[in-house]
Amino acid sequence: MAQATETATGTTASWDGEGRVKVVGILCNWCSYAGADGAGTARLRQPFDFRIVRVPCTGRIDPLHILKAFEKGADGVLVSGCHPGDCHYAEGNYYARRKLELLERMLPQLGFEPERFKYTWVSASEAQRWQQVVTEFIKGVEKLGPREGRAL
Amino acid sequence: MRIGVFVCHCGTNIAATVDSEGIAARAGELKGVVHTEDIIYTCSEPGQHAIQQAIREKNLDRVVVAACSPHMHEVTFRRTVEGAGLNPYLFEMANIREHCSWIHPDKPEGSEKAYDLIKMAVAKVRDLEPLYANEVEVNKDVLVIGGGVAGIQTALDLAEAGLKVTVVEKETTIGGTMAQLDKTFPTIDCSACILTPRMVDCSQHENIEIMAYSEIDRVQGYVGNFTVDIRKKASMVDWDKCIGCELCQQKCPAKAPDAFNEGIATTKAIYIPFPQAVPKKAAIQVDYCRWFQEGKCRVCERVCPADAIDYEQQDEFVQKEFGAIVVATGQDVFPWEDYYHEYGSGRIPDVISGLQYERMLNASGPTHGHVLRPSTMGQKDVEPEEPKTVVFIQCIGSRDESVGRPYCSNVCCMYTAKQAILTKDHVGMETEVYVFYIDIRAFGKGYEEFVKRAQTEFAVKYVRGRVSKLYEERGKVKVRGMDTLLGKQVEIDADLVVLASGITAADGASELAQRLNISYDQYGFFKESHPKLRPLETNTAGIFLAGACQAPKDIPTTVAQASGTAAKVLGLLAKDKLKTSPMIARVDQNRCVSCWKCIEVCPFSAPEKEELRDGSYKSHIIETVCQGCGICVATCPVNCIDLKGFGTQSVLDQIEEVLLT
Repeated sequence: MAQATETATGTTASWDGEGRVKVVGILCNWCSYAGADGAGTARLRQPFDFRIVRVPCTGRIDPLHILKAFEKGADGVLVSGCHPGDCHYAEGNYYARRKLELLERMLPQLGFEPERFKYTWVSASEAQRWQQVVTEFIKGVEKLGPREGRAL
Repeated sequence: MRIGVFVCHCGTNIAATVDSEGIAARAGELKGVVHTEDIIYTCSEPGQHAIQQAIREKNLDRVVVAACSPHMHEVTFRRTVEGAGLNPYLFEMANIREHCSWIHPDKPEGSEKAYDLIKMAVAKVRDLEPLYANEVEVNKDVLVIGGGVAGIQTALDLAEAGLKVTVVEKETTIGGTMAQLDKTFPTIDCSACILTPRMVDCSQHENIEIMAYSEIDRVQGYVGNFTVDIRKKASMVDWDKCIGCELCQQKCPAKAPDAFNEGIATTKAIYIPFPQAVPKKAAIQVDYCRWFQEGKCRVCERVCPADAIDYEQQDEFVQKEFGAIVVATGQDVFPWEDYYHEYGSGRIPDVISGLQYERMLNASGPTHGHVLRPSTMGQKDVEPEEPKTVVFIQCIGSRDESVGRPYCSNVCCMYTAKQAILTKDHVGMETEVYVFYIDIRAFGKGYEEFVKRAQTEFAVKYVRGRVSKLYEERGKVKVRGMDTLLGKQVEIDADLVVLASGITAADGASELAQRLNISYDQYGFFKESHPKLRPLETNTAGIFLAGACQAPKDIPTTVAQASGTAAKVLGLLAKDKLKTSPMIARVDQNRCVSCWKCIEVCPFSAPEKEELRDGSYKSHIIETVCQGCGICVATCPVNCIDLKGFGTQSVLDQIEEVLLT
């Protein structure tokens, strides 16, 4: 379905194209999504290979969402929420941290390189930090390249 | 399903790097999409009109707008679709500006990503269902945290409008920083003369209750219905009995540092910060009291004519209900001693901060308004000396990345000009006064004229450049710096150096923000909902900001903002009932296994055990209490809870749609 448009650097613009990785971000509405907004407002360039799903709180994320993303062909998943203590709903990110920490340790046992998943905290005022986090994470995934077969 | 997709150009904000027209046309291929359109400015009146027209003419039942961030215009467009008769929750935004066109300079790439984001939004909108807002009763009482000029102004405005206001102040008196000031720029009118009547108005107003020496312990609830636990700190004095006669302070034998006078004088262990304090009540600083430290004394108890001293007093907790909260906790002075070691780290007595100097200039301050060299004060056989040369250094803890404060503190240029003028006024026109500055920021009404007056009428010498070092030499403070306009090194033998210390976030600001669930920036200032469009609100509904807790502000701006905030609160509380967001959790009771994990994890106590007709108990979400975080949804072991508006299926469908190209 994707059209094979060429970019200025000669690569295909399609997310499916050669040399591309597919990274899904799941961001909380109050901190990280707003932080990513701030990065946009400040025109901070970020890697193209990234698509964001907005949820109200990282506490709403079921680890299955992340596994599902991998199953459907994601090469990396980045979760980001409010800093511990700063959750808009008081403690959602604490529940998220427990689950995601466990998931992070489990993924290598399922054969995933650890660089393919990360959870982090970025506040609404940390536009530059957001740029750094997303750039570094995607660099890490790019180094590994697309997952073979791409399905879980 | 009949979905309409509207792709915005946002002038060239989006269209410069995203082919809005092309992707709008492509979106027509997506399942369920029956209408696509690209619009130059979707949020404009013609733009919104086009959406409404399409909904009516094409009979659309779902709408996707690909434009800016939902934080910007989700509310706008929900109203738009509602205006055309569609349920406002059958709408989704694709953020192709902040998350796409502004961060990807390459047009083919930007267009491709924008198209993906639209696909995700279309996938989500397919899963949406109509939602209907609930209504909840509103408590009309207001909590104002902080009793500085911001809190006072907000409280008075609200009380005048007929609302009951509680002002919680952590010190023993309201007044805040403004009560410490001598004069105010650019008019040089007396700070106390304009503030203290307001403080008295506050204490006498039938609609205002002042809770001084109290702090916020816990905040629960939501807009319209906050429950707040307030800790009344033990002052060791029964304030119902204390008459503020100051006898205890006069007779107390134990000295203690005087925070109100910024440490340039001492007070007593039992103290009233200043004569015009409101409420005028004494408190014991336990750390300095002989009775608490050494187990003997009790002089205050003996001299108190009102029998108010109570050494056994404990902190007291009070719970109150409010409909709205105004945070007006102000700021602190930048602690320069910890950062500027080249200026002596506070060890040179004749180097003081701007606020310390302010206390010295103040006629009711420890020197009764006489400008004196601190090195000559309080010593036997030494006559306190007036300075002949005074040097002011600006931007201390402002515009200085090396101390982690790259921002401008807003007030220091002006208060330095004021203090320079007052120095000439108090000590004499022959006094040499220098000001080292980076730039002069005199942006307000009458400000530039004021600085010019200092320079011309009062002959204050402005030197453009930073001071590299301060040190003591032969009873003087050697000031070594640079005049960058002349390109010359400068050395001045000063009798007194005043550092224009900037503004830093108040101590404990981030902890308070965490209690209130509001955002704060990297410096500890509270974050407004939108810097231009919602500068008085926080991201937490029902909690508002006033004054320098948001960012450094001078008095006119603070008062203006405080009145603005009062108007916002009045707007909110003018309604008897508030609509609550319907994007909340819902339990499928047929599948609930009554494990009560949802009750355990909910931060708001929204789930409850509901008795069914067969006598069994199942989880039920109290609609007006649920805040829609979705923690219970991710916790439920049998997946019988879903989050309306952010349903599990919609999250998965977005992921699937964008990955399966």
